[in-house]
Amino acid sequence: MTEGNPVETNHTKQPRRWGVIFAWALVLALLGTLGFGLARAQQGSIGVGSSVPDFTLTTFEGDEIRVADLRGQVVLLNFWASWCTTCELEARELEQVYQMYKDRGVVFLGIDYVDTEPEALAYLEQYGITYPNGPDLGTRISQAFRIRGVPETYIVGSDGRVADVMIGPYPSLQEIITDLEAVLGP
Amino acid sequence: MMKKSTFTLSIAISLLFLLLLSGVAAAQDHEPTDDEVNAIAKQLYCPVCENIPLDVCPTQACVQWREIIRQKLAEGWTEDQIKQYFVDQYGDRVLATPPARGLNWLVYILPPAVFVVGAYLLFRVVRGWRQQAVMETPIASISPDDPYIARLEEELQKRDR
Repeated sequence: MTEGNPVETNHTKQPRRWGVIFAWALVLALLGTLGFGLARAQQGSIGVGSSVPDFTLTTFEGDEIRVADLRGQVVLLNFWASWCTTCELEARELEQVYQMYKDRGVVFLGIDYVDTEPEALAYLEQYGITYPNGPDLGTRISQAFRIRGVPETYIVGSDGRVADVMIGPYPSLQEIITDLEAVLGP
Repeated sequence: MMKKSTFTLSIAISLLFLLLLSGVAAAQDHEPTDDEVNAIAKQLYCPVCENIPLDVCPTQACVQWREIIRQKLAEGWTEDQIKQYFVDQYGDRVLATPPARGLNWLVYILPPAVFVVGAYLLFRVVRGWRQQAVMETPIASISPDDPYIARLEEELQKRDR
């Protein structure tokens, strides 16, 4: 029976120990990434009271609107798409409310989600929508808001925080007015 | 003589010019087939209908996307240009094969790395089992006092005689 040199044994054990530590660190990092992704996916849309994510919308006309520049104004953000049939239910009503409130400093922005430009422009014309609208290029805006689908509408208060969220279409014109009035205050 | 050669040259140039023009017109008039459209569409995923490739996705949004591919092909765009257009419009996630950058590298590195590590571990385990099996096999000690061996020797000697 031969006895191993204790110095040599320590040398061979050391790299093995680091290998195990590295493997466990890798597994933990992967689990962490997976958990973070799952938690984010389960989080849902940004809620009332959250700061509105900063983004720049390039409209179909080529104008650039940065949401941070609108601080101090009430902003209604509507996510829509031309292929979305439920978006049609509120399209005319949103334009009507825009006409009622545009002189009161309320800004309306339409964000066209995963759409094609000719169909989007045809949709805007069909429903006579005149407030600024633009494509969600790279789906960056919808990802920042973590939208689940369209339509979704966010009313942002003058403090830059989300004051109201509507998932799905507004049931009526009055509903839009009520929500806007609540944010505008007396 | 000079006049004739100039005339012939001008006719040749005109014909060449007409040929080129008709070629351009033919390229512009080329109507892409469904197969050509689907060859690109199957590499794309619409974010609205997750996990359904664009070539088989039945929604209105996907129909519009396929129409865009058809238009771009008719305009002479290449496959890469069309895919880049969709990435610019809708983000990386529309691609069936994610581009190898950022965290996407994990998709390319992890599976082969896990395979290699798994194969190494399997090799180690199998080798361990084999070594253990060899060590556990009893080694028969041949003793001259063994009656069976003695009998065997005796029988062999008888046979040699």
